[in-house]
Amino acid sequence: MSRITQHEWVIKSKSSNYTLDLKSTLAYKDLFFLFIKRDFVAFYKQTILGPLWFFIQPLLTMFVFTFVFGKIGNISTNNLPKPLFYLPGIICWNYFAECILKNSTVFRDNANLFSKVYFPRIILPMSIVFSSMVRFFIQMLLFVVVLVIYYINGFKFHINIAILSLPFLLILMAALGQGIGLIISSLTTKYRDLALLVNFGVQLLMFSTTVAYPLAAAPKNLQFWIALNPMTTILETFRYSFLGQGQFSLTALLITTIATLIIFFTGIFLFNKVEKDFIDTI
Amino acid sequence: MPNTAIKLENISKSYLKGQISSGTLSRDIESQLAKWFNKKTEKTIENKNEKIWSLDDISFELKQGEALGIIGKNGAGKSTLLKILSRVTTPTKGTIKGNGRIASLLEVGTGFHPELTGRENIFLNGAILGMKKHEIKKNFDEIVDFSGVESYIDTPVKRYSSGMYVRLAFAVAAHLESEILIVDEVLAVGDADFQKKCLGKMGSISKGEGRTVLFVSHNMQSIQNLCTKALLLNNGTMQGFGDVPKMIGEYLQNNEVLIPLNERIDRKGDGKVKVVGINFIDEKYKNITNNIYVGMDLIIEVELSSNQFNLSSNLEISLGISDQLGTRITLISNKVSDQNLIPLANGNWIQKISIKKIPLAMGKYSITTFVASNGNIHDWLIDAAPITIESDSYFGELVHTLPSGQGNFYLDFKYL
Repeated sequence: MSRITQHEWVIKSKSSNYTLDLKSTLAYKDLFFLFIKRDFVAFYKQTILGPLWFFIQPLLTMFVFTFVFGKIGNISTNNLPKPLFYLPGIICWNYFAECILKNSTVFRDNANLFSKVYFPRIILPMSIVFSSMVRFFIQMLLFVVVLVIYYINGFKFHINIAILSLPFLLILMAALGQGIGLIISSLTTKYRDLALLVNFGVQLLMFSTTVAYPLAAAPKNLQFWIALNPMTTILETFRYSFLGQGQFSLTALLITTIATLIIFFTGIFLFNKVEKDFIDTI
Repeated sequence: MPNTAIKLENISKSYLKGQISSGTLSRDIESQLAKWFNKKTEKTIENKNEKIWSLDDISFELKQGEALGIIGKNGAGKSTLLKILSRVTTPTKGTIKGNGRIASLLEVGTGFHPELTGRENIFLNGAILGMKKHEIKKNFDEIVDFSGVESYIDTPVKRYSSGMYVRLAFAVAAHLESEILIVDEVLAVGDADFQKKCLGKMGSISKGEGRTVLFVSHNMQSIQNLCTKALLLNNGTMQGFGDVPKMIGEYLQNNEVLIPLNERIDRKGDGKVKVVGINFIDEKYKNITNNIYVGMDLIIEVELSSNQFNLSSNLEISLGISDQLGTRITLISNKVSDQNLIPLANGNWIQKISIKKIPLAMGKYSITTFVASNGNIHDWLIDAAPITIESDSYFGELVHTLPSGQGNFYLDFKYL
């Protein structure tokens, strides 16, 4: 007895780079969630301190920043307590940097998987962005705890309506990190030496973003260039919504959104292009 | 009349010969600059557009419930065909139409994560192979049962023995709910009992459940038992399609065509004794084979011919093994093992050399033959025969190969 199936398919020699095949990608949504779970569980199991790392890393960085930029460098934090100023920047930057770094090695890390099984490839980089989000949320909890501690000690801050933009800011960071990471990963399959630059580049990029200083404290002639960095807008909006300090501008957000979309789709396009014959070149 | 399960139309696949790019940006810029200034550097890449067709114009059709065995020599295009069918790579030309979900098994345990438990890996691996969560849940007990690792199901797989690992991996794959199943030679792993179990399962998949199976193997026995049709590939072209025994016969006949060593004239020495042929024999199955695996017991037959040879001479027959770069790796010689050889008579004879558990890593090697007696070189033939060692396990059941760049032979070591 033969089964009756309606599932017909065609493999052709050429397909478009522009389309995300949503239907077949959705069919693999279980795999998507399992990849997220795998990343998280594997990370958790491989460390002695387990989830404690999620707290140690931003706290240590915060102390170092407070000491180096705050105490030694004497860089203004807009009258905000220094830890409170640095922490959200560090957390957001951590997330953004992790999206870039992990996406940028996605082909190299998964060469074996890609050469043995078919699944819509885009699932893998997408799952990276979401599994890193778990860490982001845990670190946000830390931020809230620090915020509450300061509140109890009498510090007044102004949480305002802009906080509603938080999910949107997160999506922007994810899309931006994903886009840049995918562009790098697509280029590094051809030029391995670019991979060496990535870590270094991300570090440099941090200093051109308002992680360790407020935009207002930057030299006037440089402010325009720093503001051009989409992450600057995201960070400034983020600080503004929690602490009432920083620069909030809808125009800047709009420009950032457009820039992010362009980078994101360029990343997807390059990824789709490279993904097709990547296996033939390794 | 059953429906068509899969139909290939003029499938071709080409690769660019040589390096496409140097791999580093600085080199590429350098060679680009050299081009602009019309300079020639050694680094300029040549033959840039030369294509190699690893598959050329393959067309066939399979009905539902048929099992196809794909046979051919190494490099005939079998793996490329499987990769295209599994959608791991795309064809350069042609179209494939299919009806039904397709699942491919180019390797067992793809995507297994050592830190995750057996249970977690069943779900992850199942999803990678294209199963939905509820399908895995439905088959979960059966999978565990088939694998026989119930008591360790909540243990991370990094603590599994290699046998358990493979059994669990195959169990997941065997329970894929797809209409079309593509299987590479993964059955070459596991112990004999488990192999039998796997083959049994494959048989019931195609015969009992009416699913379509495409199967690549070097083992003609299992092709004959499992398949209803066979495809014979040769250098990327279709040499035949259809009746299984006929295709197997053609394949075996083809494979016996050896490099005509006796026609080689690029030898040194006085020619009193000549090497006229080299055959490789699988010691376990006693058949001539070109499929040599890491860790296999091998017998090399050296065919010699002599016209005027003094039987009392102190004969030396040596085989030097070199790697692809021409570096000598080792020498097989009766002078090393201190054995006296007694040629049968004037005329032709065969000297057999047994090698236990070949320690060479996967790759291509070349054999140089050398025959001498009492300091007189009779026959010295560089690169007399190629020998390709294929990936297999040197130690346990699971294939763990040496990482590339970590040498080209195994020591028979053991951690105590």
